[in-house]
Amino acid sequence: MTVVPEIGQFALILALLMAATQCALPLIGAARGRQTWMELGSSAAQAQFFFVAVAFFCLAYSFITNDFSVLNVASNSNSLLPMNYRFAATWGSHEGSLVLWSLMLALWTVAVTLFSSRLPLEVRARVLGVMGFISVGFLLFMLTTSNPFVRLIPAAVEGKDLNPLLQDPGMIIHPPMLYMGYVGFSVAFAFAVAALIGGRLDATWARWSRPWTLAAWCFLTVGIALGSAWAYYELGWGGWWFWDPVENASFVPWLVGTALIHSLAVSEKRGSFKSWTVLLAISAFSLSLLGTFLVRSGVLTSVHAFATDPKRGVYLLSFLVVVIGGSLALYAWRARRVGLGGKFDLVSRESFLLSNNVLLVVAAASVLLGTLYPIFIDALGLGKLSVGPPYFNAVFVPLTALIAFMMGLGPVARWKRQSLPELAVRLRWAFAASVATALLLPFVIGEWKFKVSLGLLMATWIGTTVVLNLWRRIRVASSEQSIVKRFTSQSRSYYGMELAHMGVAVCIVGVTLVTGYEERQDVRMNVGDTATMAGYVLRFNGVKQVTGPNYTAVRGEVEMSRNGEFVRVMNPEKRSYTTTTESMTEPDIERRFTGDLYVQLGEPVSGGAWSMNIFYKPFVTWIWGGAALMALGGLLALTDRRYRVFGREPRRAAASQADEVKAAPERATATIEES
Amino acid sequence: MTKFFFPLILFIVLAVFLAIGLTRDPRAVPSPLIDKPAPAFALPLLSDPGQRFDSKEMRGQVWLLNAWASWCSPCRAEHPLFVKLSRSGVVPIYGLNYKDEREKALKWLRDLGDPYVATVSDTDGRLAIDYGLYGVPETFVIDRNGVIRYKHTGPITEEALQDKILPLVKELQK
Repeated sequence: MTVVPEIGQFALILALLMAATQCALPLIGAARGRQTWMELGSSAAQAQFFFVAVAFFCLAYSFITNDFSVLNVASNSNSLLPMNYRFAATWGSHEGSLVLWSLMLALWTVAVTLFSSRLPLEVRARVLGVMGFISVGFLLFMLTTSNPFVRLIPAAVEGKDLNPLLQDPGMIIHPPMLYMGYVGFSVAFAFAVAALIGGRLDATWARWSRPWTLAAWCFLTVGIALGSAWAYYELGWGGWWFWDPVENASFVPWLVGTALIHSLAVSEKRGSFKSWTVLLAISAFSLSLLGTFLVRSGVLTSVHAFATDPKRGVYLLSFLVVVIGGSLALYAWRARRVGLGGKFDLVSRESFLLSNNVLLVVAAASVLLGTLYPIFIDALGLGKLSVGPPYFNAVFVPLTALIAFMMGLGPVARWKRQSLPELAVRLRWAFAASVATALLLPFVIGEWKFKVSLGLLMATWIGTTVVLNLWRRIRVASSEQSIVKRFTSQSRSYYGMELAHMGVAVCIVGVTLVTGYEERQDVRMNVGDTATMAGYVLRFNGVKQVTGPNYTAVRGEVEMSRNGEFVRVMNPEKRSYTTTTESMTEPDIERRFTGDLYVQLGEPVSGGAWSMNIFYKPFVTWIWGGAALMALGGLLALTDRRYRVFGREPRRAAASQADEVKAAPERATATIEES
Repeated sequence: MTKFFFPLILFIVLAVFLAIGLTRDPRAVPSPLIDKPAPAFALPLLSDPGQRFDSKEMRGQVWLLNAWASWCSPCRAEHPLFVKLSRSGVVPIYGLNYKDEREKALKWLRDLGDPYVATVSDTDGRLAIDYGLYGVPETFVIDRNGVIRYKHTGPITEEALQDKILPLVKELQK
């Protein structure tokens, strides 16, 4: 028994005090115009980060050194658990994941203190104050209801082990990414609330919020994609999305966050939709908080749910009411002063972006409704149940189709006013190509199916309009420039946008083709039997027993060949974990660009024969590849010159650009749109 | 400018629902069908759609009807309890596979174990309407005369099984 957990506990208390300072002093200072109070915010935030980090590493240390006198460690780890999973087990429980949550929040806060030197002191003070308030909420939650350092005396001899589902490389990377995304929206939230408190919402506010929102969105995109990829091979039945409440809890903020990054772009460039953008900024983070509540309060059942306790639910709900209710009340009070901003015609880039915004929000609302429906029904005294994929697919597919259509129009249309016939002329080839592809390609792949056709229509439409748009920009760029120069003169945020849109198209192709043409076989295989799937020949060579660090497994040996040539031996496993006695199937997957071969060991049948599940999942990797492109696009946009903090004379560059946009928005866009 | 209040009002309504949600001890909600005859049905078997299961065959026996689907995660949570219960042989359990794809449902049973004497496929959810299902999972206790005596909404728990369902089954079997 070491004193490390006590140090961690103490660090948490100090972090709480620091967070309280970070919340109160700058906010009061900003209200009363006291400069020294406002300036304290940054140091308090950095100190808070330090103490949360200490707490986090103390907990990680307890896990790594198998300190079973800590209840959390004893319940979620085991001395046989490999080192990397012992470390990941730090956030494997409700308590531990809260420490990670707080650490991420502190990390974002410190990032704000480091990269906001050009913000007016008042704004920075308010932003840090709001983030401090959220930190206080979570640290207090931890210390009062979910202390990760509670001792178990006498100490347990051995730990109960981490849930086998979580013993996977995905566990090491997925939660940190996801939380970075979730929590990252707190920055945009804090900027919005700070702007509402200060009563100043202008284009500069949107420009400050944009990079933060984009960064958070990138993390969330990666986090969700990793979760989906993990579910695909770990949950063992090869699905990649289940509309599970916890998945939805991350997907809803993503949809709203996506709307937010687009809306921020309009607010920054055109000064339009400002009150709507503020509302989205508040909503994106509020929905992250709501997700946290849903997962941890026990109001919903899910494969992910943490052990629940009514006290936690009450605390979280109260916190939700204060934070979300408070910010929405502030919005109701202040938003009318924001003003309407630049005007635009019914057909213009603004209106396309606005319709897409509305569609994204409607999509988010319908996913949220499906997720909360069981709670509504329960609250009305009608029971507890699960709304399944039938509902979600029925509402989500048509909405996606509309969104995809608008995605093609938006980037091509002009700001402020767009002539419809001109737009039609400009896009006719893209449209024709998409329809032709949608009608014909399914025949080439195999069977014609309506849903496949629809999906391909969406994907090609996005893809062709992206290419068309880029081509037009290059063509109209000044003709003296070399072709290379024309390409490099486009901004990174433009390329980022197109790359992310391409990612959506790639993702849609993956979803469409795997849903439309997935094949499966459930076969009974004796030693020496062969099965054929999608051109692969699989020969079963029997099974053998293997022993892992904390499990024993039956490992199948399946020889895979294609066109008579040996490819490799596949080893699907069926594991039985020693401590938890839970069994897990570990499929073996041959991943190819055009499709995965997914082999899973079923049950022993008789006389050495095994039942075997073989899937062919065409283009399934494209789903995550598309998500990766989206995140890369976001990253690329983030490196755009105008966000560069340490660049040459950032202040002047940003200011002059803002002036230019304000003074002559027509001219600024005209250079892009015409020549 | 009342439109700026809409988000706040919407959130307050949501918060009220969430608050009620917290106070609910879920599951076990009375149903209008309690003590009414269970709607009779004859539906194709999941394992062999060529054959039908007729609920009239169950006259004279106490049995459980469990509605489930492979896409339903709470069902996954309750499933091991049914597997255990079926091994004890105390009461026959029949499955009602709700709005599911046959292949996925069969695979689900293969992977997690099949505790059901038989499972019928309710592909279009029509039987579910007769039984007043709010969703899945739900479990009905049906007595010898074909009367629904108890309904459990949501995933079954060890407590619900030990405190409510099994005592009731023993009572009815006397």
